[in-house]
Amino acid sequence: MAQTKTQFGYRRHPDQDRVGTNLAEHAVVVVGAGPVGLSLAIDLAQRGQSVVLLDDADRIGEGSRAICFSKRSLEFWDRLGIGQRMVDKGVVWSVGKIFHGESQLYQFNLLPEDGHKRPAFINLQQFYAEAYLVDRVGELPAIDLRWRNKVTALEQRNDHVLLTIETPDGPYRLSARFIVTCDGARSSLRTMVGAEFAGQVFEDQFLIADVKMTAAFPTERWFWFDPPFHAGRSALLHKQPDDIWRIDLQLNPDADPVVEKRPENVRPRIARMLGHDKFDFEWISLYKFQCRRMDRFIHGRVIFAGDAAHQVSPFGARGANSGLEDAENIAWKLDRVLRGTSPETLLDSYHTERSAAADENIRESTRSTDFMAPVTSQEARLRKAVLSLAKETEFGKRMVNGGRLSVPSVYETPLSTADCDAWRGGPRPGASMADAPLTVGDEPTFLTEAFIRNGTRFTLLEFGNGAAAEVPEELGAIHIGGNGGLADPAGLAAARYDAQPGTAYLLRPDGYVAARFRHPARPALDAALARAAGIN
Amino acid sequence: MALSTGSNFAKPDDAFRAIVEAHRGLSDAQSADLDAALVLVLANHIGDLDVLNEAIALAKRRMLDASQQQQQQQ
Repeated sequence: MAQTKTQFGYRRHPDQDRVGTNLAEHAVVVVGAGPVGLSLAIDLAQRGQSVVLLDDADRIGEGSRAICFSKRSLEFWDRLGIGQRMVDKGVVWSVGKIFHGESQLYQFNLLPEDGHKRPAFINLQQFYAEAYLVDRVGELPAIDLRWRNKVTALEQRNDHVLLTIETPDGPYRLSARFIVTCDGARSSLRTMVGAEFAGQVFEDQFLIADVKMTAAFPTERWFWFDPPFHAGRSALLHKQPDDIWRIDLQLNPDADPVVEKRPENVRPRIARMLGHDKFDFEWISLYKFQCRRMDRFIHGRVIFAGDAAHQVSPFGARGANSGLEDAENIAWKLDRVLRGTSPETLLDSYHTERSAAADENIRESTRSTDFMAPVTSQEARLRKAVLSLAKETEFGKRMVNGGRLSVPSVYETPLSTADCDAWRGGPRPGASMADAPLTVGDEPTFLTEAFIRNGTRFTLLEFGNGAAAEVPEELGAIHIGGNGGLADPAGLAAARYDAQPGTAYLLRPDGYVAARFRHPARPALDAALARAAGIN
Repeated sequence: MALSTGSNFAKPDDAFRAIVEAHRGLSDAQSADLDAALVLVLANHIGDLDVLNEAIALAKRRMLDASQQQQQQQ
């Protein structure tokens, strides 16, 4: 099976020679060099932190696995300096179509408006994403990436954690102020802290096949209920780069995984779906889905992110994307705590915000999975009614659930300052910033780019041509409509932020809105900033 | 808006009859299909989740009453 170059060498590190009371002391150790751990390490390094990144393997996992990366994830990767590379390689899409039997029920567009730097989604094999992230890590000397370093024990102390790490040269130990665990759904560190991972297992089995072929299908997400080529079940077709197509087929709960996975059994099914058999298999995988999460995402000084903390079914692209949202959420908080500019209690907001997001993702993906695989006969009957009503009613179309695709959560969080002014739109406190097209001089740019140029820190986004508010020193400032700065000729930034002259939004370093004001006064800004930084 | 449980039809017998007639000549399975579609259509027409939840709770109390009666008989 084709695969990018993804083998990395183990190298002995001087930390491995240190024993007894002379152990190496690190600020932060990230465990797991998947998309989440790599992105987190890059974010931390760009903020000025030294990071040790451990992975028990020495290569990138095979198979395309996560393939849909959201607009929000691309905006995060833009901040990490690799968004463009992902988009250049990826397949851009925003339209999904839902079929029932032979006929199309409806279609949706996930980004129906222009004026955004990034599309709703790209499809990209996870191994490409990881390879690009590893390349970026290589450009950052502050990240010490150690392959074939497997954590086998951890010991929590008052102000640090002791890790025991197994390597080809034998074990060694080191200490870290914080551990961020991104070691996936089968997290071994989760077991080491004694945490449960409770939730729901779905009985239905799904077959995932990547096939290589040249085909004239459009770059859209196609989902079938009860397709003619796979009676009574559901199917999904989705394009990836390199002429690879992702096919998901729902199997019967009692299907034998070993038999079903054999290429000679998969091939006829897919040939019926495509109408020909001119394709080659790249990857075949069979699995059942689970939706579950840890009760607490923080155990002492060990913080959990991505699949290690929460697991969802794949319909909705909420796995990797929510893991990346975890990474951008914890990175700036950990940076501030390590610098001493915020108290350690700021980290609690990571659990508050991201566990609520995990609940939302689990709820959405559970609903999708239940709709695709009804549990009781009455559930099946209600689904049948929805599918038949969808043919002639708008509400029926909207009830058909073939996966609700990942959008960033809106946080109910103590870091937000509640609105005092009247608003008729715009992202409210706790929501992620909206992008908009701007110009600087004659050059086109985007709001998300201005945010990055400002250093991805606490930033005051101000509208209008009046005098800028006097801002606290640590705040970055984006001034739209001022002299010689950014302009909003299309008026889209003003529209998307319900802005009038004087309107200001306080953005967090992860690009979420912390507070907003019609006319910010210095004391109110200071208070909102302190609140957003977890300083009471 | 709260769930309205007063009598809303000028001629309640006509409304009851209309639903009964709709089921005439159907098998139990077809009737169940019809009810499923009808519930969804009416729920969407109401378009208010609180009212829907109240309606579900009111309907569901029939199930509880029935099972209590059964237990008492045993």
